[in-house]
Parts: sequence; structure tokens; C-alpha cells
Amino acid sequence: MDVKASDVVIIGAGGAGLRAAIAVAEADPDLSIALTSKVYPMRSHTVAAEGGAAAVIKDNDSLENHFNDTVTGGDWLCDQDAVELFINEAPNELIRMEHWGCPWSREPSGHVAVRPFGGMKVERTWYAADKTGFHMLHTLFQTSLKYPSIERLDEYYATDLIIEDGHCRGVVAIEMRSGQVRVLAANAVIIATGGAGRIFPFTTNGAINTGDGMALAYRAGVPLKDMEFIQYHPTGLPRTGILITEGARGEGGILVDKDGYRYLQDYGLGPPDPWPRKKAMELGPRDRLSQAFWHQQRAGKTIATPDGDVVHLDIRHLGEKKINERLPMVRELASSYMGVDPVHAPIPVQPVVHYMMGGIHTDINAATPLAGLFAAGECACVSINGANRLGSNSLTETLVFGAKAGRGAVDYIRSGGRNGTSTAVEKQAEDARSRIVALFHKTDGKETVTGLRKEMNEIMEWGAGIYRDEASLKETCETIGKLRERYAAVQLEDRSNVYNTDLLQVLELGCMLDVAHAVAHSALNRRESRGSHQRLDMTERDDESSLKHTLTYHGGPDEPRLDYLDVVITKSQPGERVYGGAAS
Amino acid sequence: MDRRPYIREMPKLWWLGQRRYTVYMIRELSCVFIGAYVLVILVGLFHLSQGPAAYAAFLDALQSPLAIAFHLLALVFALLHTVTWFGLTPKAMPLRLGENTVPGTAIVMAHYVVWIVVSAGLLLAARV
Amino acid sequence: MSEPVFELEVLRYRPEADEDPVFQAYTVPYNEDWVVLDALNHIKDNIDRTLSFRWSCHMAVCGSCGMMINGEPKLSCHAFLRDYYPDKVRVEPLSNFPIERDLVTVADDFMEKLASVKPYVIAKEDRPVNAGEHLQSPAELKTFKQYTMCINCMLCYAACPQISLAPEFVGPAALALAHRYNLDTRDSGREQRQEIAASNEGVWDCTFVGACSQVCPKSVDPAAAIQQTKIASTVDWYKALLSPWGK
Repeated sequence: MDVKASDVVIIGAGGAGLRAAIAVAEADPDLSIALTSKVYPMRSHTVAAEGGAAAVIKDNDSLENHFNDTVTGGDWLCDQDAVELFINEAPNELIRMEHWGCPWSREPSGHVAVRPFGGMKVERTWYAADKTGFHMLHTLFQTSLKYPSIERLDEYYATDLIIEDGHCRGVVAIEMRSGQVRVLAANAVIIATGGAGRIFPFTTNGAINTGDGMALAYRAGVPLKDMEFIQYHPTGLPRTGILITEGARGEGGILVDKDGYRYLQDYGLGPPDPWPRKKAMELGPRDRLSQAFWHQQRAGKTIATPDGDVVHLDIRHLGEKKINERLPMVRELASSYMGVDPVHAPIPVQPVVHYMMGGIHTDINAATPLAGLFAAGECACVSINGANRLGSNSLTETLVFGAKAGRGAVDYIRSGGRNGTSTAVEKQAEDARSRIVALFHKTDGKETVTGLRKEMNEIMEWGAGIYRDEASLKETCETIGKLRERYAAVQLEDRSNVYNTDLLQVLELGCMLDVAHAVAHSALNRRESRGSHQRLDMTERDDESSLKHTLTYHGGPDEPRLDYLDVVITKSQPGERVYGGAAS
Repeated sequence: MDRRPYIREMPKLWWLGQRRYTVYMIRELSCVFIGAYVLVILVGLFHLSQGPAAYAAFLDALQSPLAIAFHLLALVFALLHTVTWFGLTPKAMPLRLGENTVPGTAIVMAHYVVWIVVSAGLLLAARV
Repeated sequence: MSEPVFELEVLRYRPEADEDPVFQAYTVPYNEDWVVLDALNHIKDNIDRTLSFRWSCHMAVCGSCGMMINGEPKLSCHAFLRDYYPDKVRVEPLSNFPIERDLVTVADDFMEKLASVKPYVIAKEDRPVNAGEHLQSPAELKTFKQYTMCINCMLCYAACPQISLAPEFVGPAALALAHRYNLDTRDSGREQRQEIAASNEGVWDCTFVGACSQVCPKSVDPAAAIQQTKIASTVDWYKALLSPWGK
């Protein structure tokens, strides 16, 4: 089998992957980097992020504020040493981006501008109009072209990690254009593959967010952490799930129900005026807003449409000039995909799955328990987001921990990581290839990708959505378990080698089922409500028994094994999450 | 290997496929007539340098039906050339006024104004 | 009562089986808010699993799904069925690119050309992070803002006849990106970029067809970027001619 050797292999070329590659290249230009992704870097889903990236920069702000907002927003499930590191590194990373050419929006003085964002006491969200993720990704991608040590392998799909003597020694990947299976041998591997929103039917996530990297690590024995925490973004367009940025509310947008009533004031986020006001009403944290929608829906107060129930996001009062300047993409998206011009009419929105707080368990240096394996970005769980992420923390997260992963990989290699390939590596690679070949030979498969995927989507939304209970979670665990068994009988229709996207979807489905399994079991076993994990049968937060991270270990064909890890608490003792109130 | 990237040949008459390409080709063709007209002017200058008789003969030749037909055609293409050229100038020369750009139509209009004024001036001078 | 349907003709190419590309007809349910991409996904999920195409964000920002739709380069996630219904729609891979498989093109050439113009900040001197951000006024940002909006969807390369007629032409997106950095006040690399941008394969292969700007879904206006670069390059030439001892 074809073996390509590099010092570092990075799987995923979005914000975190590109930042990691640049970090390795800058730390040691002599190390060879194979930056792989199943898509060209510019297609990574970082590109779709809109609102901004948070970091303390203005005189009216403080690192302590960012720390407290993040820990509170995460309902005290964040590891506070990690949050401390994160908020400290954040301003440097965003300044570095500015030096690399990121077109941050500016104040008249020429300094970078910041806007208010949900759950934050002081505005600290740097933004580039309403396309921040797009500009950050392109800045990173274009900057990465400067470094000759970064070799890109575009459109490679990683199928397995190679492990020898408890060290990660590389990756088996399919070169999509030829169908050839190759071994990418390495001394350190970084996973930066993003989230897995596609396990749900309505999501802001792109087609590519199928949890491949999470599954890779999970199957290799690395635990996934806090998988039960799924963030619903309160304002997605119905049916398509297209994201309408929180920035629209930061600029003063309001949410009203079918009576034109700003219902959030009934959910501990009021009073409604003065508006805009930080941490209040529509600038409350995402979990609270999505949960409020759910209650409104139960009370029959939402607006029924052919694409489901919605509420209205109204930005008319901002005026055309401000909308064109600060929210041009929002206007374009609402007009094209909903036929609604937000200058003249409110935008129908509903909560849609957006982000996974959970992911591959890493320490504060982005290292997983498997020697030589690192992870960063949404696919990882450090954890800085705890039980609920604040908007604009995750773009910054990709930079801070992408850089950490890169530097961590360099340190690991310098401290004497392994070298060379061995027969054990080749055997694993051969096994991986046989599994793929077996798919091609199978002719009696009774299941379809479309069918299994649809059933997975439906049960996850029904049983593991915004609100959960024992019965719904149990049924979800069982159903996903059965789907995993049925997956063995999935039939590959396309038997070609060149750019076979049927094969790609079959493999992605396998990853999604594993991730969904972890989500369902983790949720069933968290016997409390916290942040975005809300149970109708256990409505209170239980710090005594549950101030812990859930660790989920792959159980092969069986159920996963669960374990728990204490949350690192340093400065901030768990308290009440208070939003709304008078203007401060 | 199984890869066999397929290259689609560009048809010889690719520019007839879409209106925008056909219009483009006609625009490009217009410079042939501009060039031809320049030659006519040079020939005229040469004749002028050879004395009044030579020049009279030149002016006479210009009256032939073929010459008139050519001139009409050249005028049409020259107008096309001018109009398309003017339309494109804002792209090549964006003018900044503080934070904003001067609207493209203003730049195009300015070109027309100058053109009309200069043309009128030359025609008047010729009459005189 | 029969449900309304929508018809597509899609160009297929399976290099292991087909000698040449061939059109295949499909019928899908007609839905007023569907885009061509939704129709293609319906085909793949329910009718023909062997159809290959690129897509991801479904919101016209990732640039994956560029295709020829009735001969016009478009993002399939932004081509609404209602604009064509009840007529049939012809879907083909982007022109001027080799076809890898079905609607998937080979993008190698484009990626190389993009990288060739040195599309990154080339600073006069290293600015340490603790010096904070460069000051850049909103007006300065505005001068190059539109040229930052390129999503690398390659529709401009499909529209530009020079890409096929003069294959070494660096192309609209790459040249617009070079211009973006040239105009950015934080950059000092224009001279280095001009080596490629102002060469024969750079802006001088452009004959200002203008189709690139017409098809650009993000209003980047690469044609404008190229003409401005031509003028800058000409001015450079005269400057060098008139003061050969200067540089």
C-alpha cells in the first residue's frame, strides 16, 4: 500500500486545522506537515460562521469579565483553568489574525470594532461585517500558502487512525479522486474535523459536518466528553436551517411570537426595555432562548408554517442603511431563501442544531489521552464551553486551541516521538482497506443510506432535542443501537473508484451513528438539567452529584461505557445564572 | 489508475453560444474598422503632403459608393467602440470621494459630455 | 391529483464506464422553494446514488457547488427551481475545467493559480503581537472590501473564454485576490505580486470580456480589479522607463 510519511498529519483544514498547521510551520519550519481534508480548505464549515470572535480588547472590558461570562454561560461545567488560558490567549490570536490581513470591521478611530453578543456583560465580539467566519477562514487559508512546509492533500477522507504501542502513528485515508487507499504515516496527528450537526434533521451545519474525526478518535479508544450538550441556535431559517446570526440581535433585533409579543421577558430575561441591553432579552444565552421557544411552542404561541413552527426575528427598526452596513448577509439570506426582505418584514426563524459543546476529550494543551494525538476546535472538548457555549467564543477557540495543538505536536515530536513505519502499521492499514473493499463486494445489503440517515435524524430530534426525558432518551438509545446493527447491512450502490460520493456517505453515516450513540447514552445518564441538556423529569441542576464531565468510551458493537471526570473549578463557584434585570 | 479527467473541447464558434460572447466579439471586431479608418486618414495626410491635386484626387475617391459604404460601417463600429469603452471606464478608474466612490454613471456621463463638446468644437472649427 | 414535477438533464461521466460524458434525464417533485441543489440531493437520495457532485453549506458561502445551469455558471444552491419551472433544466459541470466525475471538476489548476499571486500580507517589517492592531480607517477598509468577498467558487473561470483559449492565464479570481492585497494598507507586497499579476499570463491575457463580473455571485467584480491592475502596471512601466536609475 502507498505510504506517505510526514512529521505531522492534520485531519481537517478549517479554522482549527489551518491554525494548527501554521503553528507547526512557525515553531519548526523543518517539520513536514500533511494537511488533509475531505474538502478544499475554503469549503470548511468555519466559512459559514457569521457573528464574530470574542476577545477582550477595549478599555471598558476585563479578562475577568470574559472569564465569568464564559463560565456562567457554560453553567459551571467549563474547566476553569482552560477558560483562564483561553481568555488570556484570545486577544493575541485575534491581533495575529489582524496582522495576517483579516478585514476586521473598524471604529472611526481605526481600531477594531466590537459588538455585543449573547450572554456577555461587555461587548467584546470582533467582527468582519456579518461574515466573520468566512473572512477568518480565507485569511488563514491564504496565510497558510506562505509556508513551504505545509503540504496539502485536498479531498482525502480519513477512515482510521493507526496506533502502535499506545502511540498514534498516522492515518489511513482514501484519496477521493482516485479511490486509492493510502497510509499517511506521521509522528503526531491533529484532528480538527468540526462538529456533527448532521445527526439532526434541522441544522445550520453543512453537509460535511458528520463527526468523522470524533468517530476516528472514539473508535481508537479515546473518550468523547460531554456529548449530551448540543447547542440549538435560536435563529435558523425553517427547513434549510440556514443560520441567521446572533449579530442581528446584537444590533438590536427582537424576537416576537404570533401575538407580536417579546416573549423572552417571561423567561427570566426581562424587562424588555431599555433595548438593546447586554445579557438581557434577545441577548440572553442560546440555551435559554431555544428553551423559551420550546415552551412557547407547547403553549401554542408560535406561528405555524408549512416548514414547521416559527417565531419572528424583527430587525425592521434598524433601518435599511444599518442593515446594509452591518447585516448585509442576513438581508441576502432572508431574501433569497425565504423571500423575505428584513428591511420590510420580520424573518421567520426557529431553533436549529448549531454546535456541539462535547467532543474528543483533550487537556488544556489540546492533547488527547492517546500519545501523539491532538484535537482542536469543535471536534474537541477541552472544555471551555461547558454545558452551553456563548456565541463568538468558538471562532476564537479554533485559533487558541488550533495553535496549542500545533505547538503540542511540535513539542511531542521534539521530545522523542516515534519514527518510521513498522509491520504493525502496515497490518492495520491493510485491515482498514479490507473493510472498505468489503463494502464494494457486498451485494445483498437490505439497508439504504437515505433510510438509515432519515431514521437517525428523526429519533435524535424527537428524543434528544431541546427537552428530553427518561423515556425519550431510552428509546433514542435503543433505536440508535438498532440502527448501528442495521448499518452492517447497508448497500453500496456506486461501485466505482473515481470520486465515489455514495461510498463517502456510507462511511459518514457510520461515523454519525457512533456519535449519535454517544450523545444519546451520555444524555440518558446525566441525571440533571444543566445548560443545553434539559430534562423534563429532572429539571434542576445538581452540583452535588453531577458537577462532572461525562466520558464516553466506544463499546464496539455494544453500548458505550460511561465514566465521569471532575470539572476543574478555580475561581468561580457554581452559582445562579442571572440574565435580564436592569441596565448595568 | 482509474482516473481519466475529461477535457471538453471549446467549439470553434464558442462565441455564438451566448449573447454576451457574441456582443464581445463584435466589440472586438470594431477595432479593425477603427484601425482601417486610421489608415484612411494617414493615406489622406500623405496625399495632402503631395499637393493640392493629389489631395483633390483623394477627396474624389472618398465620394465613391464603396468609400461611403465603408465610412458608414466604420462610423457604426466607431460608435459601438466608443459606447462600450465609455461604459467600461468606471471599472478601470474608480474615483474616491472620502469613504465613497463616485457613481459609475457620473464617470460615463462625463465622458459623453467631453466627447460631445470636443466633437462639436472640431466640427465648428472645420466649418470655419 | 398528480403532484407537479420538475425535469432535469444532468451530464454524467463515469471514467471507468463511459467513453464520453452523456446526458441523463431525471424527474423530481417540484417545490417552490427548492434550489437545483435540492433537486440533485433528491436524485442522489432517492433515485440514483451514483450521481456525484460537491456541496456543503447550502447558503452560497462555501463555494463548493458551482455548475453550468442552462449554460450559465451558477451556484446550484442559489439557482431556484421557480425561476425555470416549468421548463427543463440542463445541469453540467463548470466549463473550462476537466471533468473528474459527473458534476465534479478538476480544480488543481485553479488552486495553483490562486497560490501563485502570493495572496497573503507581505509586510515591510514584522509587527509584534503586543504592538496591537494596525490602525485602518473604515474608508481604507472600504477600498479593498469588495475584493475580499471571493468565495473561490470558480464561476468566473467557467465564464471566461480566455481560460480555455489561453490556458496559462492566471484568471479573474486570482487577480482579484492579488488586487485585494495590493489595496490593503497593511500590505507592501505589490511589487512582488506584479511579477505574476502584471506578466503576460497575468492581467495582459485579459481582453475584458467582462463575463467574470457578470456571473460572480458575490459582486467581487474581478474585471474591475484586472483593469485597475493593468493601469497600475502601465504606470509602473512608464516610471521604470523614465527613471531607470531609480529602481
